[in-house]
Amino acid sequence: MTTIAPAGTGSRATLVLGWLSLAGVAALAALGLWWSPADVVQGDSVRLMYVHVPSAILMYAGCSLCALGSLMWLRKRTDGWDTLAQASAELATLFAALTLVTGMLWGRPTWGAYWTWDARLTSTTLLFLLLVGYLALRSVPASADTRARRSAVLGLLLVPNAMIVHYSVDWWNTLHQDATVAKLDPTIDDLMLFTLFAGMVVGGVVFSWLLTHRFRVAWLQRQVDEVSLDRAIVERRAEADLAGHGSTR
Amino acid sequence: MFAEARIVAAKDLRLEWRSRVTTTQVVPFAVLTLVLFAFAIDPSRGVLGRVAPGLFWVAVLLSTTLAANRAHAVETDAGTRDMLRLSGLEPRAVFAGKAAAIVVQLLGLEIVLAAGTVVLYNVQLATPALLLSAALPATVALGAAGATYGALAASVRVRETLLPLLLLPVLAPVLIAATSATEAAIDSTPEAGWGWAGLLVVLALLYAGAGAGIYGVLLEDQ
Repeated sequence: MTTIAPAGTGSRATLVLGWLSLAGVAALAALGLWWSPADVVQGDSVRLMYVHVPSAILMYAGCSLCALGSLMWLRKRTDGWDTLAQASAELATLFAALTLVTGMLWGRPTWGAYWTWDARLTSTTLLFLLLVGYLALRSVPASADTRARRSAVLGLLLVPNAMIVHYSVDWWNTLHQDATVAKLDPTIDDLMLFTLFAGMVVGGVVFSWLLTHRFRVAWLQRQVDEVSLDRAIVERRAEADLAGHGSTR
Repeated sequence: MFAEARIVAAKDLRLEWRSRVTTTQVVPFAVLTLVLFAFAIDPSRGVLGRVAPGLFWVAVLLSTTLAANRAHAVETDAGTRDMLRLSGLEPRAVFAGKAAAIVVQLLGLEIVLAAGTVVLYNVQLATPALLLSAALPATVALGAAGATYGALAASVRVRETLLPLLLLPVLAPVLIAATSATEAAIDSTPEAGWGWAGLLVVLALLYAGAGAGIYGVLLEDQ
């Protein structure tokens, strides 16, 4: 068990990250909503892509970090890796929800409906539900070690499922457009491309900031649980001692 | 390993045979699901026959959650989980035995459900070979995933509600592929179905490999 734990959730580094996140979000809003042009075909709805695409990437990043934390817990059995898996799974769930909501809002003007049974929409929903299941398993009362073990197994199994999500667009015939920026010669306006990459960078900074704080909150929660348990044991022993003395009188 | 897996599978099947839970509860539940689908989708409009492959596999999937839950509940409720762990059997063998027992039960269930689908939904099967080639790996995939996630939820007090939440999203690709292959087998378009059957083989290998690799950790669970 690791004994070094943060005493709070803030530090100089997180303060810098927090200000960077705030400034980045403001700059991205200005870039996405005013400076970048509307799309010839999609109109203003293309601006949703500056949130949608980074959210999808961060969802995958959260899943990958969760799988990494799970794998490393199985190897090292230290609290830190389990906490990393927990924090990243929660963020992956958040960004999966954001991906779905922005995707649906984009789909209404583009496809004429909030929801279509497009492969990527459907499989992203499945990944979201897998993450909800992971968090549900984590919320089941159990000892820290048992919870970590169960979660590690489930977290590790997120990887093949995330792969199915990613490649599902190729497996099933789909309405979803191909990845624009992954092409060697992307057919996208320079400012729009810049805004999209800015969205990814800002998303990465926000993700790091949230992850650091969530990790530290989870650490502190573990400390509270351990202290509460130790205190309860001391109190029960004291009660037993008192009862023992009482019976000998 | 295979001999040990056979011992575990035989034990589970013997338990099921003695308790008759699969035959008296799971199979009737699956048949009831088929009947309820007919109530929900008006049979007189001819829709039922077109969606029959999907309904068949949904009924199988729902029954898989029951079978997977049951496969591990017999150990947890009787307190024999620790004995299984201390028996010296390889975890991979225990996994393979548990998965095999679920597969055998599901295959029996699918035969009954297939007969029910043909009779109740008036479905004609054009390419039985394709259906068999798809149903076998699909059932192995269901059994392997069921054994893995069933073990994961076995010692959880809320396993009846948790297991479907964990298992069904994982099985969704199996549902899609198995339904598509079955549609092709019914529609006399087998060339469209062999690819799906191939995908089901990949999924079966994936779930079986993952379960075999990870089951040892799950057996540590109290």
